[in-house]
Amino acid sequence: MSERLGVTPAQTVGPYLHIGLRWPDGPYVVPQGTPGAVWIRGQIVDGTGAPVVDALVESWQADPDGRFDHPDDPRGARPSTVPGFRGFGRAETDAQGRYALLTVKPGALPAGAGETEAPHLTLSVFARGLLHRLVTRVYFPDEAGNAEDPVLRGLDPARRDTLLASPAPDGYRFDIRLQGEHETVFFAV
Amino acid sequence: MTQDTTGKLVLPGYRRDDVDAHPPLLSPGYKSTVTRAPGQPLVYLPQRLTEITGPLLGEGRLGEFDHDLTRQHDGEPQGQRIIVHGRVLDGDGRPVPHTLVEVWQANAAGRYRHTLDNWPAPLDPNFTGVGRALTDERGRYEFVTVQPGAYPWRNHDNAWRPAHIHFSLFGRAFTQRLVTQMYFPGDPLFFQDPVLNSIRDEQARQRLIARYDHATTRPEWALAYEFDIVLRGRDETPFEDEDDDE
Repeated sequence: MSERLGVTPAQTVGPYLHIGLRWPDGPYVVPQGTPGAVWIRGQIVDGTGAPVVDALVESWQADPDGRFDHPDDPRGARPSTVPGFRGFGRAETDAQGRYALLTVKPGALPAGAGETEAPHLTLSVFARGLLHRLVTRVYFPDEAGNAEDPVLRGLDPARRDTLLASPAPDGYRFDIRLQGEHETVFFAV
Repeated sequence: MTQDTTGKLVLPGYRRDDVDAHPPLLSPGYKSTVTRAPGQPLVYLPQRLTEITGPLLGEGRLGEFDHDLTRQHDGEPQGQRIIVHGRVLDGDGRPVPHTLVEVWQANAAGRYRHTLDNWPAPLDPNFTGVGRALTDERGRYEFVTVQPGAYPWRNHDNAWRPAHIHFSLFGRAFTQRLVTQMYFPGDPLFFQDPVLNSIRDEQARQRLIARYDHATTRPEWALAYEFDIVLRGRDETPFEDEDDDE
């Protein structure tokens, strides 16, 4: 065993995160025009209900087949069958605290011990005033597998709904409440 | 990914960070945390496929002068030219190769090129303050930039941020994602900065302060600082799945 090093502490992205973390193609987890693509849109609000205008959301997800193009997936890395699928999205909030990501719904995932995770995206939230990113998940309201999902099942039922997106005309809506009533569930990963 | 003696798949898991390694989300000295830090404790999330994988972003994200913030415009920026370099490692000291490092910073006068920064220090037409680089096979990165200035902010009476450079790192898994700030040794503003001092553990706080590195300076051209970044290390966990017998 080699000597263990202490991790580098996290710090806030500050109010000017957009200059460093802006990608013109960031919101496009899949290219525009991809069949079956959906927008996930939402607003981020703080404990006073005010929109968080200096925030950034990053997403990570499996492809519609439930696969990752990553060498640590124990089933083996596999490029997505969706052309241009990146799995990763990055969207900053606007003057109303709103973000938007264009993606395709992920597939279900084996969770070990015979369990299955329902389709989900994982999100990181960065903002001024957040000394470390916040991690949450987006689940879809119309998935029967949600009832068996080990993460959703483990939550306080009163808070579980904060991880469920709601249907919207062009996809889904997923609002994020950093603090207070209906506070979004955030995870320690 | 490997198999253990019973043939079960073994996933890379990532060790949880020590409680004091990161600043508490609610750190009232930094005022913005008061309305933004969650009121509920974070919920423990086991690391499964989504967490142990992550975006592997490569050369496609880099432009020709992304690593040299002094060459992104027609003229040279004002200020003291510096080389900032280091390694990205995991908690076991293993290099993290080929991973994207993003940086952003204020100019030499302490002003960001951002529409919301209205502190009346001059903007520099030759400095955007944004850089990107990939680590090499040994986890090394290097940027050329200028020494950022300190700037006032309204967090408390006569509040000034110490000079710093923002760093963003991906590692190879979602669990390793890190955004941090690099500070400069000997800065007299540390004592009054609630962002740096939100890190309770003195040793952890010191890890954000770069080392002046005379050996890497370039004579009559640039000073140099070394800043190593440590992402969490790996542990392995068995992963049992119905499909394992396929």
